[in-house]
This record gives sequence, C-alpha cells and structure tokens, in this order.
Amino acid sequence: MHTKRIGVAAVAVAGLIALTGCSGGGSSADEAKDDAKTLTVGIKFDQPGMGLKQGSEFTGFDADMAREIAERMGYEVEFTESVSAQRETLIQNGTVDMILATYTINEKRDEVIDFAGPFFVAGQDVLVPADADDIKGPEDLNGKTLCAVEGSNSTERLRDEYAKEAQLYPAQTYSECIELLAAGTVDAVSTDDVILAGYAAQDEYAGQFKIVGKPFSEEPYGVGIKQDSELCEPINEAIEEILSDGTWEKLVAKNLGDSYTPNAELNPPSPRGCDKNL
Amino acid sequence: MDQPDSGIWDVMLQYDYFGAFWVSIQLTFWAAVFSFVLGTVLAIMRVSPVGSLRRAATMYVNTVRNLPLTLVILACSLGLWGQLGVVLASEESSDFISTNSFRLAVLGLTLYTSCFVCESLRSGINTVPVGQSEAARSIGLGFGQVMGLVILPQAIRGAITPLGNTLVALAKNTTVAQAAGVVQASSFMITAIDQNGNMIFPIFVVVAIGWVAVVLPIGLITTSLSRRFGVSR
Repeated sequence: MHTKRIGVAAVAVAGLIALTGCSGGGSSADEAKDDAKTLTVGIKFDQPGMGLKQGSEFTGFDADMAREIAERMGYEVEFTESVSAQRETLIQNGTVDMILATYTINEKRDEVIDFAGPFFVAGQDVLVPADADDIKGPEDLNGKTLCAVEGSNSTERLRDEYAKEAQLYPAQTYSECIELLAAGTVDAVSTDDVILAGYAAQDEYAGQFKIVGKPFSEEPYGVGIKQDSELCEPINEAIEEILSDGTWEKLVAKNLGDSYTPNAELNPPSPRGCDKNL
Repeated sequence: MDQPDSGIWDVMLQYDYFGAFWVSIQLTFWAAVFSFVLGTVLAIMRVSPVGSLRRAATMYVNTVRNLPLTLVILACSLGLWGQLGVVLASEESSDFISTNSFRLAVLGLTLYTSCFVCESLRSGINTVPVGQSEAARSIGLGFGQVMGLVILPQAIRGAITPLGNTLVALAKNTTVAQAAGVVQASSFMITAIDQNGNMIFPIFVVVAIGWVAVVLPIGLITTSLSRRFGVSR
C-alpha cells in the first residue's frame, strides 16, 4: 500500500519533469536571445507592402528594413504593433526601442522623440480605379468624392490645400477607403504613394486600381527613437550601408511590386544625421 | 529643446475644436429626438395586448441592444451606403458626403438608443399601479386612450432619470460616429494628437473639459426635472 503510493507519486513527479522539460528548453532559448540582444521594433500590422502581420509572419518594407538595420547592429528583432496615434507615446515610455511604421519625420514629432534616417521618401498621391481617366493629378480632385484616413498628414493636406471643393470621407482605416473605392462609392483615395501601392498590389484588388503618379508632397520616412538615444548613430550607419550595398533596391522591389517605382529625384535618400534632431 | 511653436489654443482653433463639439451636440439632439419617438413606439408595442407586436418589439430590443454600437454604425455606413448604395442626402449637393454620413450616423445612433429608451419607458410604465389601467378600462377607454391619457404621461414622468442616463450615454456615444466618417469631437482629438505629438496631454484635457461641459448640464437638468415632475407615490 505504502510503496504503491510512493510509486504513484514518482510517476506524477516524472510526468511533471517531462512537462516542464519543454518550458525549461524555452527559457534557455530566451536566455540565448538575451545574449544576442533584442530590439523591440514597432511596425504597422495592417499596411500591406510596408508592415503587415500574416499569422506569425511579418512582411513589408518597414519590417524588412528593421530586420536589416538590427542585424547590422548585432541585434535580434521582436516586432510589436504601433498604430499611428500611439507612436510617440510608445517611444517615450520605452515600450519599443525603435519604430518603423510609415513614420514621417516632422518638426512637431521631432520635439518629443528623435529620428534616425530617413531611409525612404514617399509622396502623397492619388489612387483611382484603373479605368478612370478624369483624375490626372491633385488639381483634378475638386468636385470629386475622396476617401482618406482621419488624423493623417495627408488628410490635413487635402483639407487645407488640394481638395477644398472636394467631398472628403474621413475613414478610420485605409482598408475601409479601398473597400469604398472598389464599391465605386468614392472616386479616389489619397495618401502616401507607397501605402497606396501596397494596397493596389494585394491579390484581391490586382488590376483594379492605378496610382495617378503625380506625388504632391515629400514624406521622409524615418526611424523613431527615444530622445538622445545612443541608437541613433549606429542606426544611421546601418542605413548608409543598406543604401549603398544594393540591399535597399532589393527590398523596395520585393515589397512594393513592379508597378511602383519610388520618386527617383528623392530616392534613395541619405540619412540627415543625428545632430539635426531637436 | 525649442519651445513648441504653437499653444493649445492655436491647436483648438486650427482643428476646429468648437465646430467638432457642435457636430457632437447636433448628433445627440437629432438621435435623441428620433430615438425618443422610436423608443416610445417600441415600449407601447412591448406592453400592447397584441402578441405578435410584443414579440417583434422584444426581439428587436434584445437583438440591437446587445450589439456593439460600432457594429450598428458601421452597418449603416459601410453596409447601407458603402455596399448597398443607400443615400440619405441629395447626391448633387456640394456637401453630400458629410450630410449623408451625418444622417447615417443619426440613423445608427437612433436604432441603438431607442432600445434603451424603450426599456427606460417600460420601467416607467411599471411604476404606474396596475389599478390605474384597470380603472381606465372600466370606464370604457380603449388601449390607445389608456396608454396616451393615463399610463404614458405618468410613465414618462417616472422615467425621467433613466431617460436622462440614456441621454448622457447617447451624447458620449456620438464619438462612435467616427466609424461612419462624421467629423466630431473625437475626430478633433485624433487629428490634433496625430499632428501634434508634443501636446498629447493638453489635447486630452481640453477634450475632457469639452465633454464635461456638454454632459454635466444634461445630468443637472434631468435631476431637477425628475424632482419637479416625478410622480410621488
């Protein structure tokens, strides 16, 4: 009787050891990761072509740039989502080490965080149905119905400059805008050309849309980091390398498709240097 | 570090703080009017002697009340307008998109809020002693007369506080109209924060002050109304 109980206990303990065997292996892997130093990187999770989460895979130009930069600095990457409105906060409170999320360098953001880069210069453009020929540039937008996302730079630019007479539908996401454009409820969608290119290149919309191809703004995409972060210089060095050794062209072609060529006058850009940070 | 080149007041003017709150107030007003009407109809249906009406109203209330408001609003904007092409404004007018979005948002808010109005009124109806309707019927009044002359006037007076709570919730729910593309108080906050990452806290504070200024009077007024008109039994 007594020995039987001990036997049961032994089996239970053995089972427990077997069970914890897995997690033990996991924790040693974690340690290995810590040794290789991990950077937490904020990207978009819902922006095809730039930052997209598909299952456990992260694709897109921003994601690939982050991996390349981190690798050249000797870090591993761990991705986390950074939606537009939270980017400065995530950097300031240290939740992320850097952010590559179609993150336009501008003065007001520069006041609270720092930027490395830029590593890409996008421009605001217009996406229309493939068979539409009445919109050839931003000046043709008046009198049309447009969709853009509330809160973005591009929406404010449309309101202030290019589409005073146009009717603007302020959506919550670009996916919503693309839906409305596909349904024919709006005439055009406007934001940075790379974002538009990413949506237009999705399988379900293949061949349905075209980008007008007259960018009317300059959006230098940078790497958002904490103020006075010591990461700034190494990131810029990594970006210089990526730009000069041909990796940049490869990543652009891989993620943004054949239909899109970045504005050649402004691309590839050169990092502005960390002393420019406010 | 340089001083921010603009203060919170400039941000409020630049992104039309007062206009945005005015749209929220208008949304609240119209949705309140329509949901009071629809809610009253639903409440009468729920206590009517006709079984099918009772069941239809109960089903509607229990379904719509349990959907997230965002879903209802999105169904109105992306579903009705985006996919089915239902429009509530003249497509020729120069502000078709904003008028249409506004009306679709009012529709969504009305469909949702009327459930709560219905339940508030039903709670008011339950405060009226059953003897009153029996007395009314015994002197030969029909269902419509019993409801219109005896029950509802007392029920509404007894339901002022829950109706006021519903109105407060409705006012704050207008921020969900963002999902229908209506530029209102929460759009101001989204845009202002995105464009002024250096002023997140001041922006929160002014938006919070705006909401308190809109909602506090509703609470004060309903409290004094319910004191004045509440039926003491």
